[in-house]
Amino acid sequence: MKKIIYTFLLLLPLSVMASGGVKLQSVDIDLSDFDSMQKGAKHYVTYCLGCHSLKHMRYKRIAVDLNIDEDTVLEEIAPEGAGIYNQMHTAMDKRDSSKWFGTTPPDLSLIARSRGPDWIYSYLKGFYKDESKPLGVNNTVFKDVGMPNMLWKLQGTQTPTFTTVEGQEVLAYLKLTKPGTLSPGEFDTMVTELVNFLVYVGEPMQLERITMGKYVLLFFLMFTIIAYLLKKEYWKDIDS
Amino acid sequence: MKNKLNVSSDGLKNSMNVSTNWLLKRFPLSKMWNDHMAQYYAPKNFNFWYFFGSLALLVLVNQIITGILLTMNYKPDAKLAFDSVEYIMRDVDWGWLIRYMHSTGASAFFIVIYLHMFRGMIYGSYKKPRELVWIFGMLLFVCLMAEAFMGYLLPWGQMSYWGAQVIISLFSAIPVIGEDLSLWVRGDYVISDATLNRFFAFHVIAVPLALIILVFLHIIALHEVGSNNPDGIEIKESKDPWGHPVDGIPFHPYYTVKDLVGVGVFLFFFATIIFYMPEMGGYFLEHANFIPADPLKTPEHIAPLWYFTPFYAILRAIPDKFMGVIAMGGAIVVLFLLPWLDRCKVKSIRYRGGIFKKAFVLFIISFIVLGYLGTQPATPGYTMLARVFTAIYFGFFLLLPLYTPWEKTKPVPKSVTHEKTAMEDYSALVDTFDKMTVKQDPIKTSWGSTVTPVKPDAAGIKNVLIQLAKKLKESLD
Repeated sequence: MKKIIYTFLLLLPLSVMASGGVKLQSVDIDLSDFDSMQKGAKHYVTYCLGCHSLKHMRYKRIAVDLNIDEDTVLEEIAPEGAGIYNQMHTAMDKRDSSKWFGTTPPDLSLIARSRGPDWIYSYLKGFYKDESKPLGVNNTVFKDVGMPNMLWKLQGTQTPTFTTVEGQEVLAYLKLTKPGTLSPGEFDTMVTELVNFLVYVGEPMQLERITMGKYVLLFFLMFTIIAYLLKKEYWKDIDS
Repeated sequence: MKNKLNVSSDGLKNSMNVSTNWLLKRFPLSKMWNDHMAQYYAPKNFNFWYFFGSLALLVLVNQIITGILLTMNYKPDAKLAFDSVEYIMRDVDWGWLIRYMHSTGASAFFIVIYLHMFRGMIYGSYKKPRELVWIFGMLLFVCLMAEAFMGYLLPWGQMSYWGAQVIISLFSAIPVIGEDLSLWVRGDYVISDATLNRFFAFHVIAVPLALIILVFLHIIALHEVGSNNPDGIEIKESKDPWGHPVDGIPFHPYYTVKDLVGVGVFLFFFATIIFYMPEMGGYFLEHANFIPADPLKTPEHIAPLWYFTPFYAILRAIPDKFMGVIAMGGAIVVLFLLPWLDRCKVKSIRYRGGIFKKAFVLFIISFIVLGYLGTQPATPGYTMLARVFTAIYFGFFLLLPLYTPWEKTKPVPKSVTHEKTAMEDYSALVDTFDKMTVKQDPIKTSWGSTVTPVKPDAAGIKNVLIQLAKKLKESLD
């Protein structure tokens, strides 16, 4: 199933995401896929944690929820020197970053809840070459963003083609002009893993909540049936 | 040995009796129980709409209990508030459940209260002698809005912050004293730590205290005059030889067991939202509120939570800010005046004139449309629409005194009519289904039983639809 979806994502024309920067690509999230989330966590620490903290998340929680033992988390996921009870702070100083980027990179603990998974997915895939910007890139869903394309080495360089609609220059589509170290398919998988992890981080208890829900509903269903029978019994003398 | 045991259980019974008597001689517990439960006679024809009073009480208890638990870990401090909510969601045992129960409970409270008010309006529960019950209820509604508004600031998200900024700035539209008044309410020139702290104080103690006192007054006033019913007749007017209303039944046990069914159904839906869709698509928990409050970044689109949107749409519909504030306040004030605006002697919509029924349908439509418009950005087209429906909203109330004294009503029955039971509704549904389908030849299934397949019947469906339309027209006459 996953393969089909990935193939589908691969076949999605790039123009879909580039049309006016509003239309988002949809990402296939699977929170029961621990392997994908573990990889996502690793990607996050490698490519994102340098600037963006996840201050509401502890390494311990990742170990427990994603079924990895604590030593492995410290060795393979957490950066050097982090303790298992630590929150995922960034090493970057706030004053430095606001000097460098014009703004402090936000904490991303809740980004999946405020922006939604599709937005993050489209954003991470939406960087394109724009020499007029200080960092040399622009983004299809976040115009004039102050963040460099962290994944350029993996993705390669996308160059935009513009068309003129009603006298205004509009982005038509992006074209991969310089391939990266990953194929487009591999890159999509990698971004999906990253988004999957961020959706998990947004609400770590969501799987627990959904699993628990059916028992609670079953309880209230039984409660209602018993209450209804009790009501019927009492109301016999009124209804007759 | 056996004898000894008997003696000791008798002794226990005896000492229990003694202490119970001691209590009852000093406190009117059994009198209170009888007055409000066991010997409080309620009409026997309560229908679906009568569940929402007891459900409102249930939600209030839910909000108070989960609220107390939340305050144990929440920090009313502009620097800590947002993080403390996330701390509750992640690190406090069952914190997420308690928080979702509280946030879903807030929306559930308004759903229940709006349906409760709807009931009061269709069956004329606000009319003499229950005007005071309605006034206490309206005061409860206003307190509830204040409670919800102040509670929404506490998570200190972007919507919390900017929603409060917009609403409090409304005070500054008042001539002369406006600016100073809004400054006084905020305690600062912008929404800040001072505002958060005072809102916390109001949200956790001042307003809940007022709510509880008002609930008490609402119920005492109701039990003094007795409950209304779907037929809108006074059951106290015909009594049996023992002095009990002929159409009345003791609230306990009949309505306590019946309300228990309502509680079960309600909790089923409540739990569905909590466990499967706590954000309710951004209506119960707004997406932008997962971003910490930032006084320097105004969100593109500020919308209040869904339960305020009808009033917010009225505010925006008026071009002048101060007049908008007046209109928004007026939309609530006219509800207070309802018992005196409506001059019709007949209470229930069942026996009222067609003009009232049609006006009431228009009012409900205007309330829902305004609610939708309040969630949308104010484009010129939407603003025009909001103005039309604002006019309909006020038109409903302000035209009442003109036509209700001469309304052509239907005869009101002497005794309450029979309410359809769930079983009767079910068999009516089966009948309709039969009318709309034709039976095919029975076929034997592979496991030996016979089933009769059915096919939709075009003529039958047409008939049912025509009858439905006729019924709808009749019920509006």
